[in-house]
Amino acid sequence: MTQFDPGERPSIASLTDQVRRLAIGVPATAVHFLGDTAVFVGAEENAALVNQAGEVSTVAIHGGAILCMASDSKRIVTGGDDGKVVALNAKGETSVLATDAKRRWIDNVALHPDGAVAWSAAKTAFVRSGKGEEKNFDAPSTVGGLAFAPKGLRVAIAHYNGVTLWFPNMAAKPEFLEWAGSHLAVTFSPDNKFLVTAMHEPALHGWRLADNRHMRMSGYPGRVRSMSWSTGGKGLATSGADTVIIWPFTSKDGPMGKEPAMLAPLQARVSMVACHPKQDIMAAGYSDGTVLIIRLEDGAEILVRRNGSAAVSALAWNAKGTLLAFGTEDGDAGMLEF
Amino acid sequence: MSELSSQKIPVTVLTGYLGAGKTTLLNRILSENHGKKYAVIVNEFGEIGIDNDLIIGADEEVFEMNNGCVCCTVRGDLVRIMDGLMKRKGKFDAIIVETTGLADPAPVAQTFFVDEDVQKNARLDAVVTVADAKWLSDRLKDAPEAKNQIAFADVIVLNKTDLVSKPELAEVEARIRGINPYAKLHRTERCKVALADVLERGAFDLDRILEIEPEFLDAGDDHHHHDHDHHHGHDHHHDHGHSHGGLKHYHDEDMQSLSLRSDKPLDPTLFMPWLQNLVATEGQKILRSKGILAFTDDDDRYVFQGVHMMLEGDHQRKWKEGEPRESRVVFIGRELPEKAIRDGFEACIVA
Repeated sequence: MTQFDPGERPSIASLTDQVRRLAIGVPATAVHFLGDTAVFVGAEENAALVNQAGEVSTVAIHGGAILCMASDSKRIVTGGDDGKVVALNAKGETSVLATDAKRRWIDNVALHPDGAVAWSAAKTAFVRSGKGEEKNFDAPSTVGGLAFAPKGLRVAIAHYNGVTLWFPNMAAKPEFLEWAGSHLAVTFSPDNKFLVTAMHEPALHGWRLADNRHMRMSGYPGRVRSMSWSTGGKGLATSGADTVIIWPFTSKDGPMGKEPAMLAPLQARVSMVACHPKQDIMAAGYSDGTVLIIRLEDGAEILVRRNGSAAVSALAWNAKGTLLAFGTEDGDAGMLEF
Repeated sequence: MSELSSQKIPVTVLTGYLGAGKTTLLNRILSENHGKKYAVIVNEFGEIGIDNDLIIGADEEVFEMNNGCVCCTVRGDLVRIMDGLMKRKGKFDAIIVETTGLADPAPVAQTFFVDEDVQKNARLDAVVTVADAKWLSDRLKDAPEAKNQIAFADVIVLNKTDLVSKPELAEVEARIRGINPYAKLHRTERCKVALADVLERGAFDLDRILEIEPEFLDAGDDHHHHDHDHHHGHDHHHDHGHSHGGLKHYHDEDMQSLSLRSDKPLDPTLFMPWLQNLVATEGQKILRSKGILAFTDDDDRYVFQGVHMMLEGDHQRKWKEGEPRESRVVFIGRELPEKAIRDGFEACIVA
C-alpha cells in the first residue's frame, strides 16, 4: 500500500485506530453532515444525530420505511412510505414539508441550494420553490430519480426510457432525453454541461446537454447505486464494480472515447463512494465492510476500516472535508477526524 | 442452498381473470387467523377490506430489459417496491403480489430471476391462478390473458364451482388440463381453500422439484364421475375433446404442454447446450419449463426450471438406491415446435 499525507498527520497506511466507533444502534442507509453533526438515516423511522463529542441522539422522522434522502448541508430532507416529506436540521428539529394526499410512497427527494425542494410519488414529481410555490409534473412512468440543475430552476426527472428536463417556472414544454431502459438515479455535472443516470441494468447513461449527445458507460458487474462528483466536477466516481470506477469529465466530450480510472481493487464490490469536497481524494466503502481513502491522482490507499462485516451503506464527508463518517448494513458506524 | 433460500422472503403471485375471485382469496388470506403478517402489493386500493399498513399500490409497469433477450420483461414498479419493503424486513413474513385481471404473469416471475437485489432478498414461491368455473371456458376462447394465467400457474383455484353443474365442472377442468396438466387444482366456492394449499408451496424451489407427473391422472379420483357425458369435439373452436370413462381430454390448439422422458441417461455436454439454445430461440413460446435429469456418470439428480428464456438449474441430491434413473422434462407453451423438441431431446440420449 502506498502512502499519502492527509494534512498535518505523519504518513501512515492505516487510520483504523483513529476511527471513533459510534453506537448509533440501527443500520444506516445514508449519512449526511449538517455542519459538524453527522446524521445517520436509518432504514426506517429514525435518524441518529452524532455531534463532534460523539454523543448520539435519536430523532423520529417517519412512521415507516425511509425511502429517500437529500441534503444541502443545512438540512436533510427525507421521504417515507408514510407519504411524508420531512426536513431535519442539525438541532434535531423536524418539520413535515408535505404529505401525499393518497399516502403514496415518497420515492425520491432532491434539494436546490436556493431552498427549493423536489419530491416524487409514483409518476408525479413535485417542486416547491424557496418561496413556497408548489408545482407538479406527471412523468410518462414512475419517477426513478430527481435532480436539480446547479443553475436555474430546472429539474431532471429520470423514468423509463429516458429523462425529462422540467422547468417548473416556464411555460415551455419539458425537454425529453430518450434512451431505452429504466433510469434510476440522476445527477448533473457541477458545471451543468452533462447529465448522467444510473440505470436498472448495470450501466450509466449520459447526455451532453449542449447537443444531447449520448454517452454510454457500461461494463459494471452490478448496478450502480452510489455516484459522487470529484472536486471541481473533474470525474464521476461510482460503485458497482470491484474497483472504484471514475469517469473523466474534464474535456468537452466528457468520458466519450476515454477509459475510466479504476482504483482500489479489492475482492469485494464497491458499495459506496464519497469524493472529498476540496481535495482530489475520495472515500470508498465495500460490500465486505472495508472503507478506504483513495488519492485520485495515483490510487494510493489508506485503510479506514477493515473488512469482515456487512456492506458499507453510508459514507460522507463534512463540507470542510475534515470529518468522514460511515455506516454499515449491520449497524456499525464510525467517524474519522483529520 | 435450501437454508439460504429459506431466509429469503417468499413471494406468492396471485393472478386470475377479471371477476374470478382474486380479491376474495386475498381477503381470506389476510383475515384468517394464521399468525403471519403479509405485505400485499395490489393494483387497486380500496378493494381490500382489511386495515394493513403493508398494503402497497402498484402501477404494473412492465419494462423491457436491455440485455438482448427479446421476451425479457420485468415489473419495474415491483423492483422499486421490493427495495422499499426490504427496509421493513422483520415486519412481515411473506409477500403477495396481486396482478390485474389482464396481466401476463411472466414479467412478475421474471423480476425474481433478473433483478440482483430482488433475488438477494426474496424468492418466488408460486404462481396461484384463481379461475371462474362458470366463465373460464369462454375466457379461454376469447382472452389470451386468461390462457396465459392458466398455463403459468403452479396452483389453480377453480372457484365458483357452486354455480356450475357437474358436467360443466368436468368440462372446464378438462380444458384447464388440456393447457396445464401439472398445476395443483383446487375446486372451491368463495375461494374456500386451505391456505397451506396456496401459500408456502415452494414451486420454484429447485430442492422441491420432486415430481413432475401430470396432476390430471388422479384429478378425478375424489369423485369418480358417474356422468358419462360424451364430448365429441365439434365445437367451433377447433379443439377436440374425447372422454375415457368420464375423464375428458382436450388438446388446446394454441397452448399446450409437452412431456419428454427417457430411462437411458442423457449426455450433459449435449443436453445443456441444447436446452440453452432451445430457450434462447423458442423462449418466447415456452412459458414454463421443468426437468429432473439423469446424466451419464453422475450419481446426482440434476434439476432445472425456467420461465421463458430464463433457466436455473443445479444438482439436487443423489439418486436413491433402487430409484429408477429416469429423465423427465416438461414444457408448457404456445405453439411449441413439438417435433423439433422431441428430436432434439432424443439426440441427447446416450444409446
